[in-house]
Amino acid sequence: MLTYIFRRLLVALAVMMTVAVVSFMLLHLSGDLATAIAGPESSAADVEKIRIQYGLDRPITTQFFEWLWAALHLDFGRSFYFPNTVVELIGERLPITLKLGGISLLLAVLVAIPLGVAAALYRDSWVDRVALGIAVIGQAMPSFWFALTLILIFSVQLKWLPVAGNVSWQHFVLPAIALGYYAMPSLMRLTRAGMLDVLGSDYIRTARAKGLSRKRVVFKHALRNAIIPVVALAAVELGFMLGGSVVIESVYSMQGLGQLAWDSISRNDYPVVQAVVLIIAVFYIGLTFVADVLNAALDPRMRTR
Amino acid sequence: MSSPNITFGKPPLPLPAIPAWRRWTKRVLGHHGLTLGAIILLVISVAALLAPWIAPHDPYDQDVTRRMIPPVWYEKGSWEFILGTDKLGRDYLSRLLYGARVSLIIGFMVTLISGVIGTTLGVLAGYFGGRVDAVVSYILTVRLAMPVVLVALAMASLVGGSLNVVIMLLGLLLWDRFAIVTRSATQQLRDAEFIAAAKSLGASTPYIVIRELLPNLLSALLVVATLEMAHAILLESTLSFLGLGVQPPTPSWGLMVAEGKAYMFFQAWVILIPGIVLATLVLGINLLGDGLRDLTAPDGRN
Repeated sequence: MLTYIFRRLLVALAVMMTVAVVSFMLLHLSGDLATAIAGPESSAADVEKIRIQYGLDRPITTQFFEWLWAALHLDFGRSFYFPNTVVELIGERLPITLKLGGISLLLAVLVAIPLGVAAALYRDSWVDRVALGIAVIGQAMPSFWFALTLILIFSVQLKWLPVAGNVSWQHFVLPAIALGYYAMPSLMRLTRAGMLDVLGSDYIRTARAKGLSRKRVVFKHALRNAIIPVVALAAVELGFMLGGSVVIESVYSMQGLGQLAWDSISRNDYPVVQAVVLIIAVFYIGLTFVADVLNAALDPRMRTR
Repeated sequence: MSSPNITFGKPPLPLPAIPAWRRWTKRVLGHHGLTLGAIILLVISVAALLAPWIAPHDPYDQDVTRRMIPPVWYEKGSWEFILGTDKLGRDYLSRLLYGARVSLIIGFMVTLISGVIGTTLGVLAGYFGGRVDAVVSYILTVRLAMPVVLVALAMASLVGGSLNVVIMLLGLLLWDRFAIVTRSATQQLRDAEFIAAAKSLGASTPYIVIRELLPNLLSALLVVATLEMAHAILLESTLSFLGLGVQPPTPSWGLMVAEGKAYMFFQAWVILIPGIVLATLVLGINLLGDGLRDLTAPDGRN
């Protein structure tokens, strides 16, 4: 088990480094940063001045290693737009995105698991169909549009919740529903499939034959085994949601990491964009690592993979 | 040698005495989701193809004297503009019809590009295994760790958003599921008897991969292709909504929602109509994909 964890950790670190290289290269090769920063109206001389001022005239490998060396010390440089350092900006915004991601995941899990269990227990009944319908619709709606529709219903029509911002807990309700609905279908499908798998297995039949009640078998024996992959997937989904929060945060004007990334992209504030991409990737890698270890700890067959 | 049904290592089921096409039609028609999905996709595709002939107005024709006319079922609506007009007085129905073209072109092209990349990587990894597999799996892990929306947004902003840029970006980003599925399917088929037979007949590796392996991956690829197409259409609308995808005045459903956002508090239909059409298309493609998966799965369902 320890060898397994160690091996996975090495892979995770290597992936982080590669993501850093790739995201740096993508941004530097997609276009000329100096021209982008200077803006469309500036003269060639201005562009050259900016190129030297930001150190963009040096070889790209030099730029990359300097950036990486600083990034390893948690120094992502200064924002081109704000007077603050990138770390300060991210430290300010990250809690909001983490809070949003956490609440969304909690909501998704609280809906997905009961619904998935019910759909498996009453397979092919109306419960199963309704659950499938909710999942299919959730996968079809674009998240930005669902978010706007929620505003129309709960803020404009019913006036229950605020339209935008991130001041009070009420501000987090609609964004969390919008973001959570995005992760819910896959969690629900996996719960249902896992439950169907486990309920058809021999040890469940044995438990029933022993005379244990249906309730006890379902919740004590079956659910406990079916839930392992769901917990692992939930960790991965949280990683996806942090990346997807850019859309939801922009719709609800929440001052989180996603909004910061989005604003920085439109302002050509590349040190911030690079840092946010890397941080979200690191979160994702960390969460998949946790999911892998969790799976391996609970299911020894996974360790050989 | 290459039967249309993949059996993925399981022994083929004993065939009942009814003709094959009968079982097929029964399974297709017995599957309402598949039928519904196919009809939705067909209707929207035909509408997109015939847009120049069936659109009641020019989708680019602006006229500020007739801006924000509501759809016909509202009191102030008129039959001339069945789904109303937008903030520049352009006919909403015509823009929706032309927007379908953008969504479908993006869906097809992105699926094609990402399908070629993903299938190549997946087949290489699955067929050769060992070091090749390790390298491909590593590339796949790196790709999965990159936040798609953020990376696509950042690159689109540098390159400049346009239809072709969106197709290239998403094509280069969305190959992961193709690679995962073809890799595991190839691993299972690699040691199948018909591959061994082809090898012992002296067939070259490219011949085996193209003539023996790929035909057997087709139905699995088709399922992934539908899901990826839906994914690409959703992402295009997201990029366009955020202003970095398809650029105005080109009609794109995501862009239409973005343009209607400022008016949605007073006239909700401006964002509801393009959103519902978009969700319907994605729903149709997903239903088609789910149906195909059930149909091609070895045991019929799930």
